[in-house]
Amino acid sequence: MIRIARKAWRRLISMRTALVLLFLLALAAVPGSLLPQRPLNPTKVDAYLRTHGAWGRFLDRLGLYDVFGSAWFAAIYLLLFVSLVGCLVPRIRQHAKAMARKPLPAPKNLDRLPESGRFDSGDAPVAYASAARATLGRRWRIVQREEPGGVVTLSAEKGYSRETGNLIFHVALLSALILIAVGRLFSYQGSVIVQQGQGFCNSPTSYDAWRPGRMAADGHIGPAPFCIDSLDKFTATYTDTGEPSKFKADVTYSKVRSDGTDGPPIKHTITVNHPLRLSGDRVYLIGHGFAPQITVRMPDGSVQHDQATFIPSQPTTLLSEGAFQEQGKPDAKQDIGIEGFFAPTPQDMGNGVITSSAPQVDNPVLGIFVYQGTVNPNGQPQSVFSLNKSKLTQIGQANLRIGQTTRMPNGVTVTFDGWVPWASMQVSHDPTQGYLLFAAVAMVVGLIGSLSIRRRRLWLRITPAVAENQGSPTVVSVGGLARSDSGNFTTEFAGLLDRLRGVATVAEPGLVSARKE
Amino acid sequence: MAVNSGMAHLSDGLFTTAIATYTLAMATYTAEYAFGRRGRVAATSRAEARVLVGAGGPDVEVPASDLEVLPEVPAGDGFGRPASNTRLDGQKRVAGERFGRIAVALTILGATVHAASIALRGIAADRVPWGNMYEFSAVVGFVAVAAFLGALWRAPQIRYLGVFVMLPVILLMFLAGTVLYAKDAPLVPALQSYWLAIHVTAAASSEGILVTSSVFTMLFLIRQRYDVAITTPDKRIRFPVSMGARLPSPETLDKVAYRTVAFAFPIYTFGVIAGAIWAEAAWGRYWGWDPKETWAFIAWVIYAAYLHARATAGWKGRSAAWINLLGFGAMTFNFFVVNIVISGLHSYAGLN
Repeated sequence: MIRIARKAWRRLISMRTALVLLFLLALAAVPGSLLPQRPLNPTKVDAYLRTHGAWGRFLDRLGLYDVFGSAWFAAIYLLLFVSLVGCLVPRIRQHAKAMARKPLPAPKNLDRLPESGRFDSGDAPVAYASAARATLGRRWRIVQREEPGGVVTLSAEKGYSRETGNLIFHVALLSALILIAVGRLFSYQGSVIVQQGQGFCNSPTSYDAWRPGRMAADGHIGPAPFCIDSLDKFTATYTDTGEPSKFKADVTYSKVRSDGTDGPPIKHTITVNHPLRLSGDRVYLIGHGFAPQITVRMPDGSVQHDQATFIPSQPTTLLSEGAFQEQGKPDAKQDIGIEGFFAPTPQDMGNGVITSSAPQVDNPVLGIFVYQGTVNPNGQPQSVFSLNKSKLTQIGQANLRIGQTTRMPNGVTVTFDGWVPWASMQVSHDPTQGYLLFAAVAMVVGLIGSLSIRRRRLWLRITPAVAENQGSPTVVSVGGLARSDSGNFTTEFAGLLDRLRGVATVAEPGLVSARKE
Repeated sequence: MAVNSGMAHLSDGLFTTAIATYTLAMATYTAEYAFGRRGRVAATSRAEARVLVGAGGPDVEVPASDLEVLPEVPAGDGFGRPASNTRLDGQKRVAGERFGRIAVALTILGATVHAASIALRGIAADRVPWGNMYEFSAVVGFVAVAAFLGALWRAPQIRYLGVFVMLPVILLMFLAGTVLYAKDAPLVPALQSYWLAIHVTAAASSEGILVTSSVFTMLFLIRQRYDVAITTPDKRIRFPVSMGARLPSPETLDKVAYRTVAFAFPIYTFGVIAGAIWAEAAWGRYWGWDPKETWAFIAWVIYAAYLHARATAGWKGRSAAWINLLGFGAMTFNFFVVNIVISGLHSYAGLN
C-alpha cells in the first residue's frame, strides 16, 4: 500500500506528469474563451442555452459556462500545484547542498572532457595558479588543490544562480497562486450606475451588482467606509468621426472617520485608466449613458417629474433604451408607463423611424410609447429598464425633441425636459494584489536568471617543470564542461583558454592543441 | 485631431518600400540558398573536413562530424543517388557568399525603412504606433527581422536561411497592409495609457522573436525527417523534406529555436504581467479571463511546457519541436481569431 502510494507520488512529481498537466491546463482553458462565460456575461450564456437546446444543457452540466470556476479546472491546477511543490522541495535542498559544496576535484584526464586545451608557462605552478585565479575573476568559484609531485589543480565553477533563478521563479509562481486564491477570498466588487448629481456609499445595499468573495459574503470583512457623495459632472469627448477620445468623471467623495463622522469632502477626477485609489479600495469609471428627464401630467391631473437611466443598446452610436414608471393612486389603474429610446444624434430612417448616428449629443430625440394601467401588477420588485405590460394599454407614441410636449387623447401629456449623463462606477477591493505584483516581479527576475545564466565547470592542472630537464616549461592543461545549455560553449571555451594563456609568461609559443583531437 | 496626414502617407509609403526591400532580400537569400555553400549534406563523407566561413571572420577548419551529426552514409550511397561533391567549386561559392552579403545588406536596409515607417506613424498619430492590428503586425514583423539579424550575429552560418524568415514576415506585412490596414486614428480612452507602450512593446517583441523561433523549429523538423528519410532505402524524398538537404544540422536548428524562445519567454511573461497591471488600472481587475487573456495564458503555458520538454528525456527533439509550433499556433490564434472573430475587451483591431 505504502509502496503504491510512494510510486503514485513519484509519478505525480515527475516532469512527465507536470508536462501532461500543463497541456491539460492549456486545453481546459480553451472552452473558456470560445463559449460564453457566466461570470463575464450571464445574458450571453442564457441566449446560448436558449438556442442550443439539449447540447447547451449538456455543456452546462459539464460546467463549461464557468470553466475557470469549475471543479475540473481546479483539479488540474491543484494537481499541478502539488506536483510543483513535490518537485521543488527536494530541488531546493539539493541546490542548498550544491551551493555549500566545493567544486569537484579535477578529473585525471582533462583531454577527455568535451572541451580541452594545453599550453606551456614559464611560471612556477603556484604562481601561475594565482595568476589564473585572478584572470578568471570573482564570477568563478575556485578551489585550489595540490596533487603529488608538486602538481596544482584548480576547480572552477560558475552559474549557480541559474538554478537559484529557476527556484525563485517557481517559488514566486507558487506564492502568486496562493496570493490569487487568498485575494479571491477576501475581495469584493460592487458596481452601480450613478446619474450626474447623485452619489452612493460603499455598502452592499447601494450597489446594483455586489460580488463579494467568501469572506466578505460571510461578513468577516466589511467594505471600507467611504462615500462618493456626488458625481458632480461627467464629460465624454469625441473626435469628429465619433470615436471617443476622453471620458471623465468629476466626483466629490468623503471617508467616514473611525468615530462614525464624515470626513471632509474631497474633489477628484476619475478617468478610464486612472481610478480613484483609496486605501485598499479603488473606484473605477466603467461605462456611461444618458438619463432623459420628463414631466408627466397624470390622468388625475397631478404632475410628476422623472429622470430614468437608459441603457445603450448600440455601443458605437449610444442609441439607448429605457423606461419610466409613474405610479398614480393605488389600484386606480391610472399609472403611466413609458418605454422609449434616446437617440443622441438622431437620424430619420424615413417613415418616422429614428435611430442614432453618433454618440455625441446633438439635438437628441426621445422616442416614447405611452401606456396606462398598472405598472407593477404583482407588487414585486421588477426591472427599472423595461415595462411589465401585462396590465398596461398603449395610449400613444411620439418622438420628442427637448422642450416638446405630446398630448394623449385622455389628457395625459409628456414633456421631454432634457437629460443628464450617468456613469457606471465599480468599487474593487483585493488586499493581496500588491504582494502579487511583488511575486510577479520575482517571477520575471527568476526567469531571466534561469534562462540566461549558464552553468560551467572548468579545471586546470598545472604540472611543474621536470627538474632534470633544464628549461622545460610548466604545463597547464585545461578542461571545460557545460553543465547546462551548451549554447556556444566551444567559442566560449576558446575565449577562456586565450585569457588563461595570456596570463602565462611564456618563453616560446606553446599551444599544442586548442581542441580535442 | 492630432493626426498629420502627410506623415501618415509617408509612413504608408515607407511600409510598402520595406515590403519591397524585404522581397528583394528574400530573392537574394534564395539565390544564396540555391548557389549555397552547402551541397547535399547526406552525401558528405564524415571524414571530410569542411570549411565553415564565418561572416567576416577567419575561416575555421572544422571536422565534418562537429558541424553535422550525420547518419553513416557512404559517399555514393547504395540508394541510387549519386554522391555530389560538397566541395563547391570556387566560383559558385564566391557567388553564394556575395549574394548572402547583399541579402543581409538589403535586410538591414529594409528594417531601417520599416523602422522609419513605424516611427513616422507614431509621429503622425501623436502616440505609440501600435494601437491597432495593422500597426501591431508592422511591429511584430520588424522584431522578427531584427531577431533574425540578432541570431545571425551569434550564428553567422544560418544566413542563407533568411528566405525562411523573410517569407512569413512579408506575408504578415502584406496582410497588415491590405486586410488589417487601419487609418492612423487617435486612441480610444481605454488605450490612452503609458502601459500601451510597455505592454504592447513586450508582446510585439516577444511574438516577433517567437515567429523566428517557429521558423527554425519547422526547419528542424524538416531536417530531421530528411535525416530519417535518407537512411530509409527506397524512400522517395519529396518537397518539403527534400529541403533538408541544404539545412544546417538538426542540433544547430534546435539550438537556435530554443535560444530564441529562452530569450522571448521572459519578455512574453513580462508582457502578460504588464497587461495585468494595466488591466487593474483600466478594467478594475488584474485578470478576468477575457478571451485575449485566456489565449495569452494558453500560449504561455504551452511555451512553458516547451521549455520543460526540452529538458525532459523522451520529449527532447521532435516532441519539443511540435510543442513549440503548438505554442506559436496558440499565439497566432490569439492575434488573428481572438481579435477579429471573438469579441472581448481587447477589441482594438480597428477593423469594422
